Amino acid sequence: MSADLLIQIYVFVLAIFVGFEVITKVPPTLHTPLMSGSNAISGITIVGALIAAGFTELRIETFFGDLNITAILGFVAIVFATINVVGGFMVTDRMLKMFKRK
Amino acid sequence: MEMIQEIIIPMAYLLSAVLFIIGLKQLSHPKTAPRGNQMAAVGMLIAIVATLVYREVIDYTLIIAGIIIGGAIGAYVAKKVEMTAVPQMVAIFNGFGGGASVLVAAAEFYRLATGVNAIPGFTMSAIGLSIIIGGITFTGSIVAFAKLQGIMRGAPILFKGQQVINSLLLITTFALLVASVMTTGDMANYVLGIIIVALVLGYMFVIPIGGADMPVVISLLNSFSGIAAAATGFVLANYALIISGSLVGASGIILTNIMCKGMNRTVWNVLFAGFGGDDHAPGKGAQVTAKPVKSYEAEDTVVIFENARQVVIVPGYGMAVAQAQHTVHELEKILEAKGVKVKYAIHPVAGRMPGHMNVLLAEANVPYDNLYDLDQINPEFEETEVALVIGANDVVNPAARHDTASPIYGMPILNVDRAGTVFVLKRSMNPGFAGIDNELFYNDNTIMLFGDAKDTVSKLVAELK
Repeated sequence: MSADLLIQIYVFVLAIFVGFEVITKVPPTLHTPLMSGSNAISGITIVGALIAAGFTELRIETFFGDLNITAILGFVAIVFATINVVGGFMVTDRMLKMFKRK
Repeated sequence: MEMIQEIIIPMAYLLSAVLFIIGLKQLSHPKTAPRGNQMAAVGMLIAIVATLVYREVIDYTLIIAGIIIGGAIGAYVAKKVEMTAVPQMVAIFNGFGGGASVLVAAAEFYRLATGVNAIPGFTMSAIGLSIIIGGITFTGSIVAFAKLQGIMRGAPILFKGQQVINSLLLITTFALLVASVMTTGDMANYVLGIIIVALVLGYMFVIPIGGADMPVVISLLNSFSGIAAAATGFVLANYALIISGSLVGASGIILTNIMCKGMNRTVWNVLFAGFGGDDHAPGKGAQVTAKPVKSYEAEDTVVIFENARQVVIVPGYGMAVAQAQHTVHELEKILEAKGVKVKYAIHPVAGRMPGHMNVLLAEANVPYDNLYDLDQINPEFEETEVALVIGANDVVNPAARHDTASPIYGMPILNVDRAGTVFVLKRSMNPGFAGIDNELFYNDNTIMLFGDAKDTVSKLVAELK
């Protein structure tokens, strides 16, 4: 196993523990915004989508002629992930602004 | 240039991860929560900008188009969605997250497959895993969305041999994953196979789950979308994805756990037992009873409300369906003006997702410090004159406390039966999702108010004015 891979696994495991610590402190009244907000955070896949869609050199022979499959898949992934990110953060913001004290 | 690529971009990713963590931490209080969410959004913006200057990102045409399309759809949905429909919106957003992971993993596969070097076994496994988890999340979330939106019936879809078929599908996906790692030939067909089987599996996995078990399913799919993002992080060796994905994965697991505890069931039982539905078909424990219940009209209740010192309102999914939250808030204000103390008791699994009732009541301007969870409110029922149950059923069934034969035995409930008088607002005598009769309705201190929840509460408001 390479050192890089080991570090990735370390980070993964430690981040899960951080997640548990932070999220157990969220009160039940905010569980819906927590879910939509964390959902927006999982839209971080957009980073991978951007890299794929910005890739130019690749052409693969297909039934429809030579296509840059990586970029096409990346494009659809950007649409999906952006819906997730923009929609998730905006709806969470809308909800959180409704919570008021007496 | 090297410095940007080698140091500044990774540092920017670290900064976004830190902002996500601080943002989630701020969610620990309603006062700081809006700021927390904004910080997380800034973190995301930083990650996106950092990626745009990454050396392998060359062509911006598709990127700009994708962001405009996705951003417009996301913003439109976020602005328009009704608060009652938030569960299905979160479900479908989860699905998009999972779908994005599948697409990114597949894109990376095609990029690597056309390269000179063989794809390392570890990368190939990570590609397979992000496709499997992301694919299950994608179609599973679509089914959850369809059930919540009423496009599909909420009742479990069950057939003979279902669990055997699902197990075989699961084994097939992993067999394909192992084969794709081991093969020395063309991997593309295996990858395609994994995608197809994972998509079928996600569909199969959610159809047997009843509408009322959706809080568990949505939490679990939320967790999956995070784990899928983390797996994609391993594919791309990108720490931003690994950290953020793990945070979301952990969050979903915690919520799943809370929801299961709220039902006193294990996650396996929820996923595989095909329990109940929302079609009100009598289930195993149901008996058609002709026991008498007391039923009043709204105007007969005024004296009881006016003489109460404390009223505890127990909302359930029925309140959401009837869109009664605003009227309920009006009732609360009138009672308070008459010197009656009003509190809300929120069961963890009330509604269709964790915290669903809290958001609906917040929308209706009910202050959050008026909402009490199970442990806080249960000791108070004995000193409460009136408990008002609006569209909740199984979460107030006393059988859960003592009847070992009841399917919901052991589930933590709100002890409304210990209040002086219990008013139950209900459409009819149909049993709840568990398909079991509720002995609360036959108690001496229980009075049924039949009809649409919103109409009944409006009548109460009019009478009390």
